[in-house]
Amino acid sequence: MSSTTPPPLLDVSGLTKHFPVMGGFPFKRRIGAVQAVDGLDFTVGEGESLGLVGESGCGKSTTGRLITRLLEPTGGKISYRGQDITHASRKQLAPVRSEIQMIFQDPYASLNPRQTVGKIISGPMEVNDINPAGGREARVRELLETVGLNPEHYNRFPHEFSGGQRQRIGVARALALEPKLIVADEPVSALDVSIQAQVVNLLQKLQKDLGIAFLFIAHDLAVVRHFSQRVAVMYLGRIVEIADREDLYGNPRHPYTRALLSAVPEATADDTPRRERILLTGDVPSPVNPPSGCRFRTRCWKATEKCASEDPPLVRVDGNREGHLTACHYPEDTAGLAVPAARKSL
Amino acid sequence: MSTPFLSVRDLRVHFSTEDGMVKAVDGLDFELEKGKTLGIVGESGSGKSVTNLAILGLHHKDSTAIDGEILLDGQELLTATERELERLRGNKMAMIFQDALASLSPYHTIGRQIGETYRKHTGASKKEARARSIEMLTKVGIPQPDLRVDDYPHQFSGGMRQRAMIAMSLVCNPALLIADEPTTALDVTVQAQIMDLLKDLQQEFGTAIIFITHDLGVIADIADDVLVMYGGRCVERGSKKEVLRAPRHPYTWGLLGSMPTLEGPVDVPLSPIPGTPPSLLNPPTGCRFHPRCAFTEQVGGERCSRELPLLEINGGRGSACHLTDAQRTEFFADFAGSRTD
Repeated sequence: MSSTTPPPLLDVSGLTKHFPVMGGFPFKRRIGAVQAVDGLDFTVGEGESLGLVGESGCGKSTTGRLITRLLEPTGGKISYRGQDITHASRKQLAPVRSEIQMIFQDPYASLNPRQTVGKIISGPMEVNDINPAGGREARVRELLETVGLNPEHYNRFPHEFSGGQRQRIGVARALALEPKLIVADEPVSALDVSIQAQVVNLLQKLQKDLGIAFLFIAHDLAVVRHFSQRVAVMYLGRIVEIADREDLYGNPRHPYTRALLSAVPEATADDTPRRERILLTGDVPSPVNPPSGCRFRTRCWKATEKCASEDPPLVRVDGNREGHLTACHYPEDTAGLAVPAARKSL
Repeated sequence: MSTPFLSVRDLRVHFSTEDGMVKAVDGLDFELEKGKTLGIVGESGSGKSVTNLAILGLHHKDSTAIDGEILLDGQELLTATERELERLRGNKMAMIFQDALASLSPYHTIGRQIGETYRKHTGASKKEARARSIEMLTKVGIPQPDLRVDDYPHQFSGGMRQRAMIAMSLVCNPALLIADEPTTALDVTVQAQIMDLLKDLQQEFGTAIIFITHDLGVIADIADDVLVMYGGRCVERGSKKEVLRAPRHPYTWGLLGSMPTLEGPVDVPLSPIPGTPPSLLNPPTGCRFHPRCAFTEQVGGERCSRELPLLEINGGRGSACHLTDAQRTEFFADFAGSRTD
């Protein structure tokens, strides 16, 4: 497993994105900011898959868009292979962009209905003026085969395909420039269970065979566990825990990670669930006005005054394997998922 | 044997479209007792939502042909007049939809929308309806219900909207509640809240619930009995334990094999079902699942593509497949073994 081999493929530090909120009369001015992403630090190694999980509104999609530079970061730094691309110009970005590609969530909205499959997949090559040996069409047919579609479908239009097949077209388009890193934003959540498994298997095969690194953004914890070697959990614009897959799922340290894992319903017929469910009360607070200190404290059963006044840093907890970082003043320290009885009184 | 609270017999729902006749539901039987939850699982286009629109009489009358029998507490629903149905809907049977924002009117306050159903069926005054709305909002766990009752849907979060929908559907204590993917659009932590809420309310009111979902995990959490649908037909039925522990139909195995878990092995690929769900315009001959099934050869000959397997129900348990019981036990053991290695 690849962890921190210097220099990492992607190195993100202090990444921040605040969207302005405008208001006031008669002249609109800035009255606040949605703190969508607020100080993220993480790395993605060559050929590694980092999973980014969290609930809606936690900033995981924004993170993906910042890394592909579809959004302009407010602060922080993004380095790709040691090159700072945080505020790189279009021209400087061009070579990097062909190495970082994206797969989108909605296979219906992300393909142009007026273009043939051939045109869609060769689009990236056209933009970057790349002429592979044997011609673009041959390359597209090869890509169609790689993603499990019939090369004969070159001249068909997106509406002739099912959701799963469309997502495969999206994958083929992302592969067209032989990227080193793919940002996959909920690539399977719009698909049926049986089709979802087909696409997950395809992505896993690509990761293994072509050595492509993934930033895999999803809300489904089981899918992320299956696909990613390392996993980061986000809450309200921050990473609250990041660790190797085995550590994170086997021994979660942050209360939020525990609550999240305990809420996933599992298809077992056992009368006694393997994990006690931790029911979180209330909703995620507004990112315009996040709580002081630890952002999870308003829903946390362990919160004390310290949590309100001090922002917990994302640090290694003693006794943990290296690379298991948690942002909590009172991290869980027992192995397994035994939940203290006190939590019932939420 | 006493008659069940809800019984559906040989239900067929066909739509006429420009391209031909869509057989959305093609011969479906099930029954449901009071206070129990039936989970219906299936992929998109398997006919699970259409079945429930037919129960409520919400299908488009002109283009839909419905055949069969739906008995709710002894009353035939398919031959009922629109007026009779109107008296039942919201009162005796109610529905929760997937997309709470699209199902609530943006122009009216939450309180008014909850109260509307109550006033229609009980003839209560505005004041009484408002008090009842506040009571229901309290029950579903909305904080400060006496203030939030005057809010509009956009002022609620996703989870709160789904709670408001539940409040609205339960305002007349219906005996039958149909929940069509009520938690699919929600985050897992909120989903857990909503499912607990439904379970509590079921205990309190003794409601019978039909819970439609594509997620077997959700089924494991909430259902008593499970019905697996594929291509407009039921392929497997049984209690939750029976279906999840010892599923009998290859399609159910495929669904289980497609789902990554929080505990199983990680480096083995998932075992998805090949191919795509069938077109209901022109469904496959014989067993609807045979083009995607790995066991047609074991059945032998062309039986799977010629002969429609019938669903034989014994004590609430059954599956529609040509495999023999011995074959099934053997293949399922192989399948289960490959998942726990």
